[in-house]
Amino acid sequence: MNSSDISVRNLWKVFGPGGAKIPTNPELASLSSSELLARTGCVAAVRDMNFDVAKGEVFVIMGLSGSGKSTLIRCLTRLIEPTSGRVTVGNKNILEANAAELRELRRRKMSMVFQHFGLLPHRTVLDNVAYGLQIRGASKSERYARSREVIELVGLKGYEQHFPEQLSGGMQQRVGLGRALAGDPDTILFDEPFSALDPLIRRDMQAEVIRLHKDMGKTMVFVTHDLSEALKLGDRILIMRHGEAVQCGTGDELVGSPANDYIADFVSEVPRSDVLTLKWIAEAVAPGTPSDAPVLSSSTIIRDAIHTVMHSSSPVLVEEAGAITGQIDRDSILSVLRGVRAAA
Amino acid sequence: MSATLTEAKETVRTEPSPNPEPRRRRPSRRVVLLGSAALTWLLGFLFLHGTATLALPTSELTDLHRTLNHFNSWVASNRTDNPVFLYLLSPLRTGVDAVANAFTTIFAASTTGLRLPEIGWLGTVALLGWIAWAVGNARVALLTVAVFVFFGLQGLFVEAAYTFALVLTAVLLSLCVGIPLGVLAGVSSRFQKAVTPVLDFMQILPSFVYLAPLALVFLIGPASAVIATVIYAAPPIIRLTAHGIRGIPENTREASDSLGTTGLQRLFTLQIPMAKRTIVMGINQGTMAALSMVTIAALIAAPGLGQVVVRALQSLDVGTAVNAGLSIVLMAIVLDRVTTAASERAKPKTQRRQSKLPRRLRTILLAAGFAIVLVLIQLSRTVLWAAQFPQEVNFGPDIVNGVAGASDWLQTHLSLLTETFREGMTVSLLNPFQTVLTDTPFFIIFAVLALAAYAFGGWKLTALVLGCLAAIVYLGLWGDAMATLASTLVATVIVMLLGVVFGVAMGRSKRLDNFLRPILDAGQTLPSFVYLVPFLGLFGATRFTAIVAGVIYAAPAAIKIMADGITGVSPTVVEAAVSSGSTPWQVITKVQLPMARKSLGLAANQGLIYVLAMVVVGALVGAGGLGYDVVGGFVQSSLFGKGLAAGLAIVFLGILLDRITQAAAFAAPARSHRTAKPTPNSVPTTKEA
Repeated sequence: MNSSDISVRNLWKVFGPGGAKIPTNPELASLSSSELLARTGCVAAVRDMNFDVAKGEVFVIMGLSGSGKSTLIRCLTRLIEPTSGRVTVGNKNILEANAAELRELRRRKMSMVFQHFGLLPHRTVLDNVAYGLQIRGASKSERYARSREVIELVGLKGYEQHFPEQLSGGMQQRVGLGRALAGDPDTILFDEPFSALDPLIRRDMQAEVIRLHKDMGKTMVFVTHDLSEALKLGDRILIMRHGEAVQCGTGDELVGSPANDYIADFVSEVPRSDVLTLKWIAEAVAPGTPSDAPVLSSSTIIRDAIHTVMHSSSPVLVEEAGAITGQIDRDSILSVLRGVRAAA
Repeated sequence: MSATLTEAKETVRTEPSPNPEPRRRRPSRRVVLLGSAALTWLLGFLFLHGTATLALPTSELTDLHRTLNHFNSWVASNRTDNPVFLYLLSPLRTGVDAVANAFTTIFAASTTGLRLPEIGWLGTVALLGWIAWAVGNARVALLTVAVFVFFGLQGLFVEAAYTFALVLTAVLLSLCVGIPLGVLAGVSSRFQKAVTPVLDFMQILPSFVYLAPLALVFLIGPASAVIATVIYAAPPIIRLTAHGIRGIPENTREASDSLGTTGLQRLFTLQIPMAKRTIVMGINQGTMAALSMVTIAALIAAPGLGQVVVRALQSLDVGTAVNAGLSIVLMAIVLDRVTTAASERAKPKTQRRQSKLPRRLRTILLAAGFAIVLVLIQLSRTVLWAAQFPQEVNFGPDIVNGVAGASDWLQTHLSLLTETFREGMTVSLLNPFQTVLTDTPFFIIFAVLALAAYAFGGWKLTALVLGCLAAIVYLGLWGDAMATLASTLVATVIVMLLGVVFGVAMGRSKRLDNFLRPILDAGQTLPSFVYLVPFLGLFGATRFTAIVAGVIYAAPAAIKIMADGITGVSPTVVEAAVSSGSTPWQVITKVQLPMARKSLGLAANQGLIYVLAMVVVGALVGAGGLGYDVVGGFVQSSLFGKGLAAGLAIVFLGILLDRITQAAAFAAPARSHRTAKPTPNSVPTTKEA
């Protein structure tokens, strides 16, 4: 079980009076959210959520606004108190942690990056990054030394003595990122960190997160409402709707085999050739295919296969774990590029 | 809320239909109620005037007043052995007295020998200038030095030092009480809920009414003055501290929580630093309130400038009153400027104007300056000319004589103008209105106000209003209360006219706003009864003087609220109205004023509270009514009970006026949705057509 870093079981968060009894009442728990609101005046922001986040994984929680994703991520460190369920972090159910244990968890294990940065306007960049270390009692020299390293890491060297409002939005979020990294936590939680930034800066910051993840290998839980961001960053993606998990899987699983019409509609705009791998379009090997035809791995993204397929006179073979599993030809590539639904 | 919105939408949709019934029905009920109130009043006055007026001649007392007198003597004779006094109130008084004495001994005068203070004038001026520099900047330091030297030139240095020492004592004590309570109210919603009604209540009381009960418990003198001032000055500090802490953005708080802060860490690293500026603004407001109260506390024998003004007002000595009044105004300006500069310094560094001095140099200069201050203090403790402001350069008498001469000249040469104006207003407006109120039988007024209250606030408000009125009758001061109410209402009507005219003008012109706002801000910082002084010079000692002073005192608040209301009207709506061809007059009357209706109510509310405070203090310059009874209670011990009762009657009158106008202000949005909401919707319709 060492691979699982965070494990969430039967997690509920119900807002409203008397919300505590809803998860335990099977009749109420099965109601849809509008019926629930009409019957009890309560809103179930997170209902019966189950998932595991592996160590070093980037786990993306995605949904439209109001789907409960920000509530869910806050439940992980109890910034919002969950109604019931289990959240296990390192063999400990944090729903049972007392105030001191919870503080310890927030100080050392899990840091968070916020949509609106949440920087302290009266402190310099250096003091903002050092804030978490100061809170847990690090000495001045120690916390400044560590903060300077982190500031360099997030690309803000030279801005130590600036105040947050002297910085652009992207730079402010770098400070927020630095603050989360300074305590060297095992897990970083991101709550729509880049949705307040303009598109170019957002792209830079996404690249920054990918780079940091490569360098440091931290577990990341990332909330977003932007599907392309989710596909870009996420090892696995959980899609939420009305507080419920609709589907959880890798990007190509969501695009290749959507669980229902909602997901299908959701991913319909995604350029499939950028997400799907050859696995999704491979057909059975035809008898006429020469055995010396080029071979590609089944986990190759379709877009990356275009060049090989177009320059090959014959169909291209697809292998998985050393064995040939199928073939693809120009037609199957072109049909994906044309947007025709591949038979999945 | 959502119901009214949907209704409003429906009315828009049904507008073309010939059946306008749903639109008219609800406002008309209010109009019917108010109309029937007016009719009741008219008929009651016509047929019953002069009966059941409950008038009480000035020198007569009711049984209640005599009971209160007995209570007064009981307190006097039991002060030494009643446990409540012995163990609670007397030690409190002694403690406050000791602090107040310490500060007055330092700055104003000692009780022994030559009565020289611990720090003579030179040391005081230097020290205060240095403090102003340290908490603010060099400009306000210079202002402080100049003003305090000017006090000396006016021949009022000792009085000013007394006033300053009492203000300082009261502000320090207010901070000790106010900041912890404010922090608590900022952190705990439950405490906030408990304390808000109390603060609201304290805010509607005229400063005047605190004095009598406190003098009863704590005797007259500096201790009572300081306690009254703390009670008056702490509320704004509590309010703004709590506001500052609550105003911290939720996401910042959450971010700090996500890093694992404890409650105390959150308080000291996040909440207090981020609320610092608001807290200093609270100190500014508290200081201004304290100055106002310390001057009025002259009525319970607080030493200082207030006493000079009160004595001069009582002997109608305009020259002396203006001289001392000028000192109070200057003191107010200094205190306001220094505390504002301090709040400027409390701003985050990025928002502050970059100072020319580097930080380290400033620290060095401050240290050097402090050394000089110490030298000057030592000098002022050893050399007489530095201890006592030299009498050779006293221009006080010149100012007094000059002003007295000017006032005489004005009153003789402009008498045609001022007297005609005064008499005209008094005879044509004030007297008839007062007669209507005082000569109508009390039960008619009960009915009229009950109907009005029901129209605005339903049964709850009606019950409250009837309770207040009954209390006033029980206190035996119905006639005086009606006289006060008459003056208050007349002044408020004028205030509202000024408020609407200037407020609309300021709301529509940024330039006018920029020009007038500093003047209005300055006007709001002055202690109330300074306003009486110039009008005493112009109009002599009459009720009219108090009303004019009340109008001038209350107008800034009303104008500012109206201007903010007009500015707050969405520019898109105004643009839409202009683009559909409205004239400026139509924009004002059809869009801006209806949409700012809530501000209109709030302006009336604030106007009434301010005017009431002034009309009551106006008793010092000849206004009758409840204020006169209160002042009488201070002066003559046989009238003590009546004065105390009058103070209570003012409280009930204040609550009554405040609640009705609040209800009217907050009832307005329901109507303004109906009348104003369709405007933005209907404008595009006309465009399409």
